[in-house]
Amino acid sequence: MTPTTEATTVGRPRLRHRRRRSALQRRQTRLAWVMLTPALVAVGIVAFYPLGTTVYQSFTDKQFLALEPTKWIGLANYKDLIHDGIFGDAIILTIKFTVITVAFEFVLGMIIALVVNSNFKGRGVMRAMMLVPWAIPTVVAAQMWAWMYNDVYGVINDAGVRLHLLSHNVAWISQPNTALGAVCAVDIWKTTPFVALLLLAGLQVIPGELYEAARVDGASAWQQFWRITVPLLRPAILVALIFRTLDALRVFDVFYVFFGNRADTQTMSIYAQNTIINGDVGYGAAISVAIFLIIGLFVVIYVTFIKVEEQ
Amino acid sequence: MEQDVNRKEVGTVKHRALLVAIGLLGTVALVASLSVAAAGTKAPARAQSATAIQPPAVPNAKALKKKYGGVSITFVGDAAVGQSHKRDQMLVKKFSQQTGIKVKLVPHPSASDASYSQLARNFSSHSSAIDVMMLDVVWPGAFAPFLVNLKPALGKQAKLHAAGIIANDTVGGKLIAMPWFGDFGILYYRTDLLKKYGYKSPPKTWTQLGAMARKIQAGEKAAGNANFYGFVYQGKAYEGLTCDALEWVASAGGGDFISGGKATINNPRAAAILNLQRSWISQGIVPRGVTSYDEEGARNVFASGNAAFLRNWPYAYSANQTTPVKGKFNVTVLPHGAGKSVGTVGGWQLGVSKYSKHKPAAIEFVRYLTSPAVERFDAIFNSNVPTIPSVATDKAVVKANPYLKPEIAKVVRVTRPARFLKGKYNQGSQIIYQGINQILNGQNATSVLPSIQSRLNRLLR
Repeated sequence: MTPTTEATTVGRPRLRHRRRRSALQRRQTRLAWVMLTPALVAVGIVAFYPLGTTVYQSFTDKQFLALEPTKWIGLANYKDLIHDGIFGDAIILTIKFTVITVAFEFVLGMIIALVVNSNFKGRGVMRAMMLVPWAIPTVVAAQMWAWMYNDVYGVINDAGVRLHLLSHNVAWISQPNTALGAVCAVDIWKTTPFVALLLLAGLQVIPGELYEAARVDGASAWQQFWRITVPLLRPAILVALIFRTLDALRVFDVFYVFFGNRADTQTMSIYAQNTIINGDVGYGAAISVAIFLIIGLFVVIYVTFIKVEEQ
Repeated sequence: MEQDVNRKEVGTVKHRALLVAIGLLGTVALVASLSVAAAGTKAPARAQSATAIQPPAVPNAKALKKKYGGVSITFVGDAAVGQSHKRDQMLVKKFSQQTGIKVKLVPHPSASDASYSQLARNFSSHSSAIDVMMLDVVWPGAFAPFLVNLKPALGKQAKLHAAGIIANDTVGGKLIAMPWFGDFGILYYRTDLLKKYGYKSPPKTWTQLGAMARKIQAGEKAAGNANFYGFVYQGKAYEGLTCDALEWVASAGGGDFISGGKATINNPRAAAILNLQRSWISQGIVPRGVTSYDEEGARNVFASGNAAFLRNWPYAYSANQTTPVKGKFNVTVLPHGAGKSVGTVGGWQLGVSKYSKHKPAAIEFVRYLTSPAVERFDAIFNSNVPTIPSVATDKAVVKANPYLKPEIAKVVRVTRPARFLKGKYNQGSQIIYQGINQILNGQNATSVLPSIQSRLNRLLR
């Protein structure tokens, strides 16, 4: 194997290559690496370094403001975590929240996407307006909803009683039987537009000819939806579901604004945050790693599930 | 061909819609961020005449200049919003001019926990970057190992301050911080409604408050306001509930949660007052939603004219001036049970870092800031509650802060058990407020208090 004449003419050092590659390709590869380096360094600093530190700290007894040095304690944090009932409750609550919100957001998002994808007057304005809830910072929206839910001056109770939907004012946030529903409603209100937007993007790349052909063949609207729209929308659906599930599993702000640190409404993230703020950094890191693994598990489930369907 | 043209048209329409969407998004985000910023600058606009008052002179300035002139220290002061930061700037300028000690002023983050972790990181790395810092009233226990004992230098001045706060700032016999300004819980009541239902004075005991609340509520409901309640406070599972519950328990003679390093919260008097509060919720004198109210949640019920009594901090006094209850309410001390009326202490202290390279100059700066003259200036300029009782009774101060009438300002101040829990304060407070929140949500205090007590004792070990 000899270097090509081209390579020698540009005076490149002789490199032993198993595979045949032109000098241009090699140059471009090298350029690509050079140009990627800043990004890789940035990712390393902002993503891999903190992740590595967290994993390392989860094997230690690190405490905030401790006067004694931090010790390596192996798997002790994880052993405690397995028997930690509070964390167990937090996982169950978070998964309940995730299933409810993602299901509603997906169905409603799909309906909205189909509606705004069809041709009608004022469609542009409609598309812009549907994004408004999503544009409000979550903490602000949650505080706004907390006031709307208020059992004394809240607008929801006021409207409900005036319209005779409610017999008396309800303390939506305080009562255990309505608390989860109240918090789910806020998340659904806020992120359905996001799901709709992702699905809308997917709908727009489906060629109109397919529907025309289906119509010519006499397919009903229902058949068109299941046979054309859904299969071709699969990548967009996957993206939407993964994004929303990941977000829902990490939920913090709405719960924190609504309930503070109420014992029966701690999500996984709130429990991790509390543990770290309380000074138990090592245990908090172990909780964070566990959350990371749980979220990872969901991603694997989604990706394999959708892939199997494709085959 | 025709189709192509159509598609292009559709394309531009899409494009325009996208632009509109982005524009709208931007506008909404801007409005939202502005409203957040506005909410952040909650510091009420009060005391119009405040601008007239100037920072007091530094006593003994010449001697200080001779000794420490040219030294440079760093002060982590109040958050960069409202009048507080301006007050810091004025005081720093005056002090530097007169003593020649240069003070670099750095505002702390406005969120209290962000401020806590900033200091925690600074101390953990043994950094000398910060010389003097503001400390929340519940931090001294956690930061004590990293702070200078101010007793030798400032012990005499400390005697001027309220004894309860000095006790809070004394850890293991060392005075590790000086009180700067305070806060304490007070009772707001509707003067018009008390008069209407034949009461001459606000309630002195919790039992009286319950009876008055019940009567007023029944009357107002009969008059057509179905959403009227007797009493509101901070019942959400957060730090505010620890403050409120401490007032109930201490004023009922049930102690201060922890005493002499042992949890004392599980006692019959504490259980009785907590069950009384619970019964008010189940009877509907207190709204069911109170278990999710923070300061503003409770204040809004009162300010919208839907409650007869409110427990809150002094800030609510000026905040209520722009609401429908303006001119219809007044303040007094909180009621009591078997004990005396009390108010939970909030507020800020000043400490000197053990890693400071200029401790003597830093201590002199703290001496100036915590002097009666500066507290008087702060109370009038920035409506902060002075920690020095003699300043709190000053006529000009009372005029600027009407809730500082002597009979209110003299109330017994109780402190949260931070000096026993030290670095575990957050954890301990969480055990307390989560447990009390469960009681308010319906569980019997006698079944919850033993578990709070044993969990606190485990932390204290």
